[in-house]
Amino acid sequence: MTTSSLQPPGERVLPARPGWPDATGHFGVFGGRFVPEALIAALDELTEAYEAMRVDPAFLTEFDALQRDYTGRPSPITEVPRFAGHAGGARILLKREDLNHTGSHKINNVLGQALLTKRIGKTRVIAETGAGQHGVATATAAALMGLSCTVYMGEEDTRRQALNVARMRLLGAEVIPVTTGSRTLKDAINEAFRDWVTNVETTNYVFGTVAGPHPFPAMVRDFQRVIGDEARAQVLEREGRLPDAVLACVGGGSNAIGIFTAFVPDDGVRLVGLEAGGDGVDTGRHAATITGGSPGVLHGARSYLLQDDNGQTIESHSISAGLDYPGVGPEHSYLHDIGRAEYRPVTDAEAMEAFALLCRTEGIIPAIESAHALAGAMVLGQELGPEALLLVNLSGRGDKDVETASRWFGLGDREEVDPGPGLDTDQQPTEGAVTQGDAVAGPDAGESA
Amino acid sequence: MSSQLAERIGTAKAEGRAALIAYVPVGYPDVEGSIAAMVAAVEAGADVVEVGVPYSDPGMDGPVIQQAVDVAVRAGVGMTDVLRAVEAVAAAGAVPVVMSYWNPIERYGVPRFATDLAAAGGAGAITPDLIPDEAAAWLGAAEGADLDRVFLVAPSSTEARLRSTTAACRGFVYAASTMGVTGTRATVGDAAEKLVARTREARPDLAVCVGLGVSNGHQAAEVAAFADGVIVGSAYVRELLEGRGTDGVRRLTEDLARGVKGHNGHLGRSEGKA
Ligand SMILES: Cc1ncc(COP(=O)(O)O)c(C=O)c1O
Repeated sequence: MTTSSLQPPGERVLPARPGWPDATGHFGVFGGRFVPEALIAALDELTEAYEAMRVDPAFLTEFDALQRDYTGRPSPITEVPRFAGHAGGARILLKREDLNHTGSHKINNVLGQALLTKRIGKTRVIAETGAGQHGVATATAAALMGLSCTVYMGEEDTRRQALNVARMRLLGAEVIPVTTGSRTLKDAINEAFRDWVTNVETTNYVFGTVAGPHPFPAMVRDFQRVIGDEARAQVLEREGRLPDAVLACVGGGSNAIGIFTAFVPDDGVRLVGLEAGGDGVDTGRHAATITGGSPGVLHGARSYLLQDDNGQTIESHSISAGLDYPGVGPEHSYLHDIGRAEYRPVTDAEAMEAFALLCRTEGIIPAIESAHALAGAMVLGQELGPEALLLVNLSGRGDKDVETASRWFGLGDREEVDPGPGLDTDQQPTEGAVTQGDAVAGPDAGESA
Repeated sequence: MSSQLAERIGTAKAEGRAALIAYVPVGYPDVEGSIAAMVAAVEAGADVVEVGVPYSDPGMDGPVIQQAVDVAVRAGVGMTDVLRAVEAVAAAGAVPVVMSYWNPIERYGVPRFATDLAAAGGAGAITPDLIPDEAAAWLGAAEGADLDRVFLVAPSSTEARLRSTTAACRGFVYAASTMGVTGTRATVGDAAEKLVARTREARPDLAVCVGLGVSNGHQAAEVAAFADGVIVGSAYVRELLEGRGTDGVRRLTEDLARGVKGHNGHLGRSEGKA
């Protein structure tokens, strides 16, 4: 586990990587490269440039300065006792990635990949985006570094995340609505790959999550692991102990890998990924890839995915655009198979209840993606009881989601408003306060709903 | 151990021409319609038919093929239909080769796919998103069932990759003429000719067929001047999308078949290629 060989003398300590992936990007049987030959040269170039850059003191200095002065790192840890009253009294700490510049963890990865783009001499970046957070982050980094930027976004997502479309355009990016297939993230990725293979000489693909062909899963993990590296030190300093469990929502899986990685060697710390259960896993309308999918190949890597008997990708469903993806990063498939992490589904209704609770009990409006992790914490807290210490990755803020949430809770411009479940919880939360038993059912709710 | 594809391409060469390879996806406008189109292409002169397996996420395909394949995917077209098309092409007298993104094959089961494909009379498979580095299971199964395996090379391929990729091929190697996705193009460009020359150098005994962008007899003649086979996909699909059916397929094939013989009306070059 020593990193000394990678460590330039006198420079910042590079954290130890887990023992995976191997040199060709395999996490056990997962990962690899399933792409047209035309892209191999670009992927090799990226891999080589990245491996050189990640141990280059000049890069590390520039990257650290950007993270500190531009993004605002380190992000703080916030304890949320009033919210925790609805989680069986377990103590809950939030890692506040919502406070980053641009409003989510996505900026961590993008700044790294944008610097890499400049290093390999390319002048244009492309990106896919679901919730728009990765698109906004990429447009931001492109503006900062003088790169031209095109973002592919499913037409369906441009509607539910209209605020982020406007932000990307203000930042000077071209946003191309994708009208093929399910018109969501999966199809935006297909279009971005088609653009890349056509324009690879000038263009770098800034991939938004820990999926895709090698080197993306490993590289994006390395850029996101700052979340867990910081949080582990912060929790140790505050509490003198490690958390019992670390929770994060899983779309492609970058914020989850980001907070998990530092804790992977800590055997006593449970790693829990919360997948989007949509209407419930048993309804078929969900995005719970590991819970409800099977191994196969999608978007350049072998991993779990939602597929039918013919090997066609099944369209996913989630209220959260950022989790509405039928695939998942190969490292999560690996962590699942070796039993190091567990993955549970959270339905739309459970996530929205947690969303409302955090708003009303703590004055924090979370991204709907992150609300899935909060809902998971409510359940796990009940399971583990008041002694437990839970660390939850609050991957983003909910500004982009106010319209979706207002519609969900019926908070139009009507005078009379039914606050809906979770919105009338002014009383001091107690064990019995979570009375919406059905909506706060355990992780199996999906199966039994 | 004999390669159906290498043999057929060799026969064309002996006739002083390039082989004509037609791509038609199974299931557009429906399974029967696509099989009829394949048979029409064979009757009008196609040597090889790429029997396309529909896939929900065709990352290497442009809008024309996407549109047709999307219909087939939604209709639930699967490997059983594909194998039926393979049998029909073989019965019509051409060499069928399956063209599939990797996941449908993996889902069907790699050994089962190889066995069933061989039983249906298929020559082998072209796998556009499977590189030899990831193909151990397929190479083993194909070897066991005596099937051809066709991988792709691209203008961006290094010499080392041209060598390793062609070494893993049997039947022919698919040279992607340009950096980009499938679709008809006004010109094929000279990147293709350079790539074919580099590929031949990497493995002189392997046929090199060129795809991406060829849509008419004129372009086919251009490509036939330097390649062993000419692959046409989007132009066929466009005939079907625009409702010209088997008549359109026949006319297109006749034009292309003249092209691969080097008859190039447009430029007035009509000498047969030696
Ligand atoms: C706030 C937030 N959290 C989570 C995600 C899901 O992505 P990942 O699983 O890669 O963290 C997104 C994606 O858009 C997001 O915006």
